[in-house]
Amino acid sequence: MSHLLEARALTGGYGPVQVLRGLDFHVDAGEVVVILGANGAGKTTTLRALSGMIPARGEVVFDGRSIIGRRPEAIVRFGIAHVPQGRGTIADLTVEENLRVGAIIRRDREVGADIDRWYEMFPRLAERRDQAAGSMSGGEQQMLAIARALMCRPRLLLLDEPSLGLAPLVTREVFERLAHVNRELGTTVLVVEQNANLALEIADRGYVLEAGLIAASGRADELASDESVRKAYLGY
Amino acid sequence: MDLFLDRVVIGLEQGAIYGSVALALVLIYRSTGFVNFAQGEMALFSTFLTWQFWEWGVPIAAAIAASMGVSFLAGAVIERVLIRPVGDVEHNALALVIVTVGMLLALNALVGWIWGTEGRRFPKIFGAGTVDIGSVSISYQALGTFAVLAVLLGLLYLLFQRTKLGLAVRAVASNAESSSLAGIRVGRILMFGWGLAAAVGALAGALYASELSLLDSNIFFQLLIYAFAAATLGGFDSPVGAVVGGLVVGLVTVLAGGYVGFLGEDLKLVAAFAVILVVLLVRPQGLFGRKQVSRV
Repeated sequence: MSHLLEARALTGGYGPVQVLRGLDFHVDAGEVVVILGANGAGKTTTLRALSGMIPARGEVVFDGRSIIGRRPEAIVRFGIAHVPQGRGTIADLTVEENLRVGAIIRRDREVGADIDRWYEMFPRLAERRDQAAGSMSGGEQQMLAIARALMCRPRLLLLDEPSLGLAPLVTREVFERLAHVNRELGTTVLVVEQNANLALEIADRGYVLEAGLIAASGRADELASDESVRKAYLGY
Repeated sequence: MDLFLDRVVIGLEQGAIYGSVALALVLIYRSTGFVNFAQGEMALFSTFLTWQFWEWGVPIAAAIAASMGVSFLAGAVIERVLIRPVGDVEHNALALVIVTVGMLLALNALVGWIWGTEGRRFPKIFGAGTVDIGSVSISYQALGTFAVLAVLLGLLYLLFQRTKLGLAVRAVASNAESSSLAGIRVGRILMFGWGLAAAVGALAGALYASELSLLDSNIFFQLLIYAFAAATLGGFDSPVGAVVGGLVVGLVTVLAGGYVGFLGEDLKLVAAFAVILVVLLVRPQGLFGRKQVSRV
């Protein structure tokens, strides 16, 4: 069976600095896959390479088509939505405008209905629909960033450290919503995280990244219970 | 009293023109985060183009429309060819400012080279008549200028608040990275922003030359200073602020020139500098501008 997303010998970085030193990984349709690793391991860079935000080499095939070397605005049209680290929202626009921006590549007439659906799933966003996104709390902004990314009806959602800067309870809520989205809509999720516990709870499989190379991989429950992986890379 | 009211009308009329140039500055500032020092000279070039069309026998309204069209394209090309290769404002703000200052000098020289340096007569767009309201007489020119500015503001409001394109422009201005991840073609939006500003500048330039009945290559530098004062007063990120700021600056300079003896007509530019200075001291973000708040 062919994978939804497959990367082979993926390299990339910033200017002369190569951060990724040849990654092989894949994501199957309907999965939640987590990439774990310490600071500087190349987690964010991996996602940026996939969505075309930095120059990358190697092979990336999504749904049978090569997407390597494409620009971000082209890659989102293939069906890959990326929620970047930290500020995934457009701070000066209202909540509702953010959702409309998320749907800006769509030409159908169901955008309004989709917005209502996200308001149902994230009632806090509905309460703040006319408020500037930048004035909301970190957790609300993360929910909005995810909802905005899902507004383009992607087949694959890339999520960069959704737990960054959030209180543990809020982080748990974000991950629960994510699992819910994956179950209900069948959206495939590739998430990078430092918060290994929570991420492995909702993930099917995981990869551990170290210094730009994949150091371990396996089913989420295997990774979570593997003593050497835990000690060396997950830090608990 | 009549003299006072006359001066108020003139001040508002000039202010409307300053406001429309300030609007062009704001359009670029909002989408790129820096100030285009060449805005005045871009408008100068556009206005000479308008004059040239008119000189060839094209009706003035059509000449302005044609010049706005050409200016839109030229503005977009300038963004693509001169601005974008320099980099973005986060990393290369100083270089960008220098490029626009270079454009200011180059465009001014280009205008002198093509059209010469002597003044040209510019037609009254709205005719030379006046309307008497009570004891005040208002020129068609002033009324026309107000109407054009009001329509322009209305159209810009509709563009930014009611269309997908306008939403995309505002999104790029706030967060270019997330916008491109959402599928917005950021480069095209920036070209559109520059084109729009150049077209607005062309319109403002025609109003300005028409009010003076004169066009020469030196008058637009002053206009830029007044527009800076207007945008500073209103807040560089607010279109409404630009227009209100323009009206206030127009009023202040005309009244100061009229009533403050030592200023007179020649030194009323000083009043504009005074406005900039006071605003920067008291309320740096301007009347309508947002204070930059950053979450850390």
